[in-house]
Amino acid sequence: MRGTWILIGMLTLIPLALGASGTGRSGATQVRIVGGSYQPLYSDARDSVTVVTPFLIDTRGVTRAEYRAFLAEHPRWQRGRVPGVFADDGYLAGWPAQPGAGEDTLLATEVSWFAARAYCRARDARLPTTAEWEFLARADEHDPDAASDAAFLRRALDLALAPRAGQPATGSGFVNAWGVRGMHGVMNEWVLDFNTAFAGADSRKTTSGDRSLTCAAGATATGDSRDYAAFMRYAFRAAAEARSTSRTLGFRCARDAS
Amino acid sequence: MSKQQKNYGIAGGAFVILLALFVALGARSGVESPAGVPVPELPELKGVETAQMVAPPAVPSPITRDYATTVKVDLEVIEKVMEIAPGVEYEMWTFGGTVPGNFIRVREGDQVEFTLRNAHDSGMPHNIDLHAVTGQGGGAEATNVMPGQANTFTFRALQPGLYVYHCAMAPVPVHIANGMYGLILVEPAEGMAPVDREFYVMQGDFYTAGNHGEAGLQGFDFDKLFDEEPEYVLFNGAKGALNGDNAMQANVGESIRLFVGNGGPNLTSSFHAIGEIFDNVYVEGGSMVNNNVQTTVIPAGGAAIVEFRADVPSNVLLVDHAITRVFNKGALATIAVSGEERPEIYRHGAAEPTVAAN
Repeated sequence: MRGTWILIGMLTLIPLALGASGTGRSGATQVRIVGGSYQPLYSDARDSVTVVTPFLIDTRGVTRAEYRAFLAEHPRWQRGRVPGVFADDGYLAGWPAQPGAGEDTLLATEVSWFAARAYCRARDARLPTTAEWEFLARADEHDPDAASDAAFLRRALDLALAPRAGQPATGSGFVNAWGVRGMHGVMNEWVLDFNTAFAGADSRKTTSGDRSLTCAAGATATGDSRDYAAFMRYAFRAAAEARSTSRTLGFRCARDAS
Repeated sequence: MSKQQKNYGIAGGAFVILLALFVALGARSGVESPAGVPVPELPELKGVETAQMVAPPAVPSPITRDYATTVKVDLEVIEKVMEIAPGVEYEMWTFGGTVPGNFIRVREGDQVEFTLRNAHDSGMPHNIDLHAVTGQGGGAEATNVMPGQANTFTFRALQPGLYVYHCAMAPVPVHIANGMYGLILVEPAEGMAPVDREFYVMQGDFYTAGNHGEAGLQGFDFDKLFDEEPEYVLFNGAKGALNGDNAMQANVGESIRLFVGNGGPNLTSSFHAIGEIFDNVYVEGGSMVNNNVQTTVIPAGGAAIVEFRADVPSNVLLVDHAITRVFNKGALATIAVSGEERPEIYRHGAAEPTVAAN
């Protein structure tokens, strides 16, 4: 009888423990983000607010070592075996054939959106949405929403514009108030809905007023016009295609939270 | 399939065929403008050429044909670390591997097929806005290229002049401040007068994190950009680009034409040649010519063509006459003019005695 209660106790407690900070089948620890709301950089309507419901997110970007494990399990994603419609010529182009040193910290870059999505799916996860990603990006080390702090916006931009020359792709060491690392730096990350970013990648194109990303720092953007790093991210997403790969483009996975 | 479905199928097919006919008939070449709207007269195009691309300060040869043609231009964005001053390195984002980017030379009325590439190693997308283009964003809207990607668009060079081109990817001031600019010349239909030497010089302001002269790989300083207080103001992207062994060369008696641009991103240039006077200045790179000019204003995102004859041997120093920029920020280029002295024009000491006035 007591054994049964112990068993019941375990069966209830273990999922609760995992729910707080889940680990995927492989890969980074995830943390639960309660979510909230913010004014996005771009939207169709002024004074619009983006609401982010609770979600789980990898605490750091997917590493080369992790992605190689995925490739071993899913050989159809190995370099040379992926149709061009799913990844361009740069897919894994800079990766040595044999794992090198430090691949536990090197980010998995030169992967397309299709490949990133396949990896996350294999972990019963998904890519984060733009709303979730940008929500996380608003946090500095202490404050989950520091995006009205000009000094923080400036630091984010400096991190984004740091010279890449000679730097290995390990992502920046910036850890934010959620415990999530590498949200600001020279590395970009895939999001699930990258192709619905509102900005045209020509920064002066005016379509219907609100959608313009102008030389004058997006005067019609609804969000903070001093958030240059966010402008860069939106421009990057607008230029990207699902098959694009880049040395500065990696990803992390998310999950819906219960 | 029921009879009703079959009927719908036939009707649908007929509709598609009729629609296709309408479209085919409507799509004639040479669409007529609505009544009363003037459209530019485009000269007939003959043949195809590939644009000659050379590194600055050289320019492609003057155009000799007297007809409009299709010119294919292929330009690649390359991000690379370059030395901007002795011991000072900076990550430049370049068109074609140089700052400024390769000089493009076409003729009024040409059709330009422009392909922009972005090197695989680049860390971000780029594009290009050419001021010679009439069309959305000067081409920026059509040329967004991710690393490893290429995009092509085609435009007509409607008007002659010397035009700036630059990257227009957000944030634009940063892309320009990192060296993403160059010049495109649209020669007038009648051509330009032949000269002995042509050079390509482009001014830009640079915002390094470290102070002027601080050695090592320098990061970018956004505060300085915002305040428009550069650490370097340079011709052709480096202090030594056009000085010392890299000085432009000419001889006494030669006619010299300078294609001068100002990429900015922020500063206007007070362009002056020490020891010479500009015989002709194509003001703002347009069709208006001023004569006998000492210093000409070249706005950020603008250009000028200046011409003079080298009358005496000297080091003609090209400067931005907002003079602190020369001594403290590097805004200096040299044309070394060699040849016989002309003491009747310039010499040390007292004047030669001359005939009495009456």
